[in-house]
Amino acid sequence: MKGAMLSVGFIPLLDAAPLIVAQEMGFAAEEGIALDLVRAPSWSSLRDMLSFGRVEAAHMLSPVPVAAALGLGGTRAPLAAVSVLSMNGTVIGVSNALADRLRDGGHDFAFDDARAAGLALIRAATPTLRIGVPFPFSMHAELLYYWLSALGLPAPQNVDIRTVPPPLMAQAIEAGEIDAFCVGEPWGSIAVENGVGTLLLPGAAIWAFAPEKVLAVRSDWADAEPALLGRLIRAVWRAGRWLGDPASHTLGAELLSRPAYLNLPAEVLDRALNGRLVISPRGEQRETPGFIDFHAGAASFPWRSQAQWIGLQLASRNGLDRLASVQTAGGVFRSDLHRNALRQTGADLPAAVSKVEGANTPLHTDSGRLIPSQDAFFDGRIFDPSQIER
Amino acid sequence: MGHRLSVIVVENDRDRALLIVDSLRAAGDFDIHVIAGAAGLGRRVKALSPDVVLIDISNPSRDMLEELALATGPMERPVAMFVDRSDDGMTKAAIEAGVSAYVVDGLSPNRLKPILDAAIARFHMFQRMRTELMETKRALEERKVIDRAKGMLMKARGVDEEKAYALLRKAAMDQGKRVADVAQALVTAAGLLG
Repeated sequence: MKGAMLSVGFIPLLDAAPLIVAQEMGFAAEEGIALDLVRAPSWSSLRDMLSFGRVEAAHMLSPVPVAAALGLGGTRAPLAAVSVLSMNGTVIGVSNALADRLRDGGHDFAFDDARAAGLALIRAATPTLRIGVPFPFSMHAELLYYWLSALGLPAPQNVDIRTVPPPLMAQAIEAGEIDAFCVGEPWGSIAVENGVGTLLLPGAAIWAFAPEKVLAVRSDWADAEPALLGRLIRAVWRAGRWLGDPASHTLGAELLSRPAYLNLPAEVLDRALNGRLVISPRGEQRETPGFIDFHAGAASFPWRSQAQWIGLQLASRNGLDRLASVQTAGGVFRSDLHRNALRQTGADLPAAVSKVEGANTPLHTDSGRLIPSQDAFFDGRIFDPSQIER
Repeated sequence: MGHRLSVIVVENDRDRALLIVDSLRAAGDFDIHVIAGAAGLGRRVKALSPDVVLIDISNPSRDMLEELALATGPMERPVAMFVDRSDDGMTKAAIEAGVSAYVVDGLSPNRLKPILDAAIARFHMFQRMRTELMETKRALEERKVIDRAKGMLMKARGVDEEKAYALLRKAAMDQGKRVADVAQALVTAAGLLG
């Protein structure tokens, strides 16, 4: 029962927090495991490290395992998302030049209205809008496509969404290679700190409950090591619960700022954790409660319908069969494994495995409670996985 | 399929890039381009439309190349990462050496092999050089600490350098420790005692 060491890969981002906290605050040790946290240089390398067994588990962009299951990009090793690590936590920012044009056009940078911000952005952007995202398969890209096409700017005709690694985002916007970006914290705040960008909108304003990162493992490993997997899921879930308590934010930011992890000032990490972002080099501040969530609203629960929404977007854009893709995608988010692992912990999980995304429907839990759910899309549309047309 | 294969090497360090190019030249007749710097990497690679792209696995700009795997427009050639291919042995060897490659779909393994073999050998050499550099650095630092410890002993006990070293070595042997560790302990303790 003792001393099992698990290699877990991560990318230096705020939302790697549950993995780092699980190790540093002893939640892993409580489960009789130790996490060997391996910092990866890029998402593609991390995905390969997981596929080829260099690590047992990984911090992963939620669309990556879905894309792999649909045969898009990279490797084909079947991956399973066994927990959602974080909800939201991304931010859209613009270059200072574009920020000036937006202000000249009368935009108020209120930081909470996706429709107003999107329409202002479309008016100010000429002739095409170049936006950097961390990876082709990312919630960042999905949110941008959803947001801009709903407002009448369909990709790829007028939007050029290109890949820029997060640590290079500030540099790319300074060099004029992109006009805007969507990136996970703290990299938006770093662009503001460097005086090269202004934040326009939190990702949560587009989809209030978007699964951002997942805990991914190889499906064959999940089958072969159910006991170890259970310990890992429980340790990470307790870390997420700890992070969900506002009293943990200061210490959390300090842990993450260590050289082996993010190696960035705790003061900058703290902003997103507390939902208090500095949005411009001139120091304007915006309150965004729920900017990132690790626990509230059963955040860790991997809904099949979340994976199905991602699958539908990927299928539509890449010309795949929509119905078949949605079915395949649903099997990637393993609510069954998540529930099994947390059975004895007192976690009150949703009783269903799928929901209508965007409907704000309260969730029935295993214990018969009703918990509120805020998962609306900015344009009020809903996604019902049982109503997919080919 | 008889054309010369074109190979792009993505490498910021000029010397390393030259070494890779040299070993590729020795392995066969290829059309080789080197790209340095991350700006517009995906676009620049696409413009050259290569058969093979080689990039250091630890290069964060690697994610920019993932877009190529998605490019399906009529003028763009599909590029697949070779870890997707059937030859697992070659893939593992490459990953362990720290090289990642993107390869045009359908390129036959026997045309690819000499390129990868050369790259893998070269990357292994880089890893050895990196390890050696680290070892050298550590050895230098240890020697500095041992010299300081010797100096302290010479002053405190009025012995010569040889005798001071012998004292350190004896203490190390008695305690089953390395001389450098004993020296470090002495320097630390002396610092504490002021």
